[in-house]
Amino acid sequence: MIKEVLRQIDDMDKELKALGEDRSAEVKQRRKQLEQARAELLEGCNSLSAADKVFLARHPHRPKIDEYIDALFTDFFVQRGDRQCKEDPSILGGIALYKGKPVTVIGHRKGNTLEENMKYNFGMPGPEGYRKALRMMKQAEKFGRPIITFIDTPGAYPGKEAEERGQGEAIARNLAEMSTLTVPVIAVVTGEGSSGGALALGVGNRVLMLENAIYSVLSPEGFASILWKDASRHEEACDVMKLTAQDLLNYKVIDEIIPEPLGGAQLDHQALFANVDAALERNLSQLSRLSGSALASQRHKKFRQMGEV
Amino acid sequence: MPKVLDALTGLGRSSTLARKAAPESGELAPIWQPPVFVTCPGCERRATRRAWAESMYVCPNCGRYQPIGGYYRLSLILDHGTFRELDEKLEGSDPLDFPGYKEKLAKQTRKTGLSDAAIAATGKIEGMPAVVVVLDSHFFMGSMGTAVGEKVTRAIEYATNKKLPLIIFSASGGARMQEGILSLMQMAKTSAAIADFSAKGGLYISYLTHPTTGGVTASFASLGDIMLAEPGALIGFAGPRVIEQTIGEKLPAGFQRSEFQEEHGFVDAIVPRSEMKATLAQILRLHSKGGRRG
Repeated sequence: MIKEVLRQIDDMDKELKALGEDRSAEVKQRRKQLEQARAELLEGCNSLSAADKVFLARHPHRPKIDEYIDALFTDFFVQRGDRQCKEDPSILGGIALYKGKPVTVIGHRKGNTLEENMKYNFGMPGPEGYRKALRMMKQAEKFGRPIITFIDTPGAYPGKEAEERGQGEAIARNLAEMSTLTVPVIAVVTGEGSSGGALALGVGNRVLMLENAIYSVLSPEGFASILWKDASRHEEACDVMKLTAQDLLNYKVIDEIIPEPLGGAQLDHQALFANVDAALERNLSQLSRLSGSALASQRHKKFRQMGEV
Repeated sequence: MPKVLDALTGLGRSSTLARKAAPESGELAPIWQPPVFVTCPGCERRATRRAWAESMYVCPNCGRYQPIGGYYRLSLILDHGTFRELDEKLEGSDPLDFPGYKEKLAKQTRKTGLSDAAIAATGKIEGMPAVVVVLDSHFFMGSMGTAVGEKVTRAIEYATNKKLPLIIFSASGGARMQEGILSLMQMAKTSAAIADFSAKGGLYISYLTHPTTGGVTASFASLGDIMLAEPGALIGFAGPRVIEQTIGEKLPAGFQRSEFQEEHGFVDAIVPRSEMKATLAQILRLHSKGGRRG
């Protein structure tokens, strides 16, 4: 279990830190010992189970949307509100520069502290969030800006107001409209991509996925509870659902896996951002050569082929 | 002798549909058969099978709507002899090698006689041609996997190419869990097909029936130019049980029903089954002349 490994690594890191800058031979040896043991533990993280990946995908210290924006973009200008009834903070989006060129960035926002989690509804948008995202995407199309989305959500919020304001319609509208956009769209699944709430930002020319991210029709808990009427069988669900990046690459649901540092993205944010940056730059430069209609048609064909019988 | 041939073709088509709709329409039941009583799950009162069939499976006592099969529904709206099925043989597969799924699919097919939960056809409604898709909730609760997604998409593309109006009757528990992520992707696939159809000026009438939920609500079912619903149908994205668990309170009576959706602006009209054909014909007529494509 990755959970146990991470706990051990955490203990080692604490001890290493406590050893401080002491240069005595004894401490030096202990430090070497610890570093070797740590490296060995990480080496063991090479092949993780689906349940391990679910754990990592939801890890509280995994980078969040605002950290991606800080690391990869400059001049970020936040856009708020769906222009119909409200601002949904569980989706963060706006205009920014990527390598000096304007892009529209949109992503699910979970927050880092419990207070933030509550404020952002744990990254579960209502229809207003999806309508805001669509508004920003249509605007990106108007100004010819590429769109980059970051997907990390347990799903669309199953609440009363969300239903009253048409959660289903909002997601459906995004799927239909995204398929016709005449600018490059790159979707990156960074954490958990659950259900239509994830897909509503996911109709991209390229769909990239972090090595330990998950993408599925429903959360493993929801899946187990619907199929077996028993949410506690979620680990079993992880195995049969085929929700890992490797599985989805095989099914051609995603185009590329972005590697993570051993042991998970939470251990080394900077290393991860470098990998994401490289993947974004390469894909964006490929897509930028296509005309608007070629982009729309490539995207349409890509999703047309999924589950073709 | 084109006329004779036409009549013969029509005869073949109408008898095919009649045969497929027979379990519900009762058309083939011998006249001398003793009356069979069917109990309404709503009011628990009984009525004869014939009375149920005459009211199109709306309870003769309390007016509650019973789900009806896809072929039977088609037989209620298509003109005699105009039914032609599309992609009849397209059947479900097991893309994820999900434990036990193949057996379940076979069982559903034995139970319903359907190859999967969607039926697609062309036909005429009061003389006006259309492509009609019906999701049948008897098969795996009308859930959408790759077979449903593919059949719906092909029907939309057929309507796009032939410049025909499109009518889809939805009834679905949502995405087919056993086909996992590929079920989810059918939402994008069908929605993209509707977007293309719509951009080319096609008329899409979405008719929501009980229940329309989850991934079907969050894709093609919500994208109609005209949105219709059967009375009392449950229509929503999240199921009522999930919502109650999330918010920790009971939902009010009528929540997510057709009338609720109309009140919140998501449905043009609630149309009783008895007026289904006439309403569809009216909308088709209103789009048949004038306008940009007239």
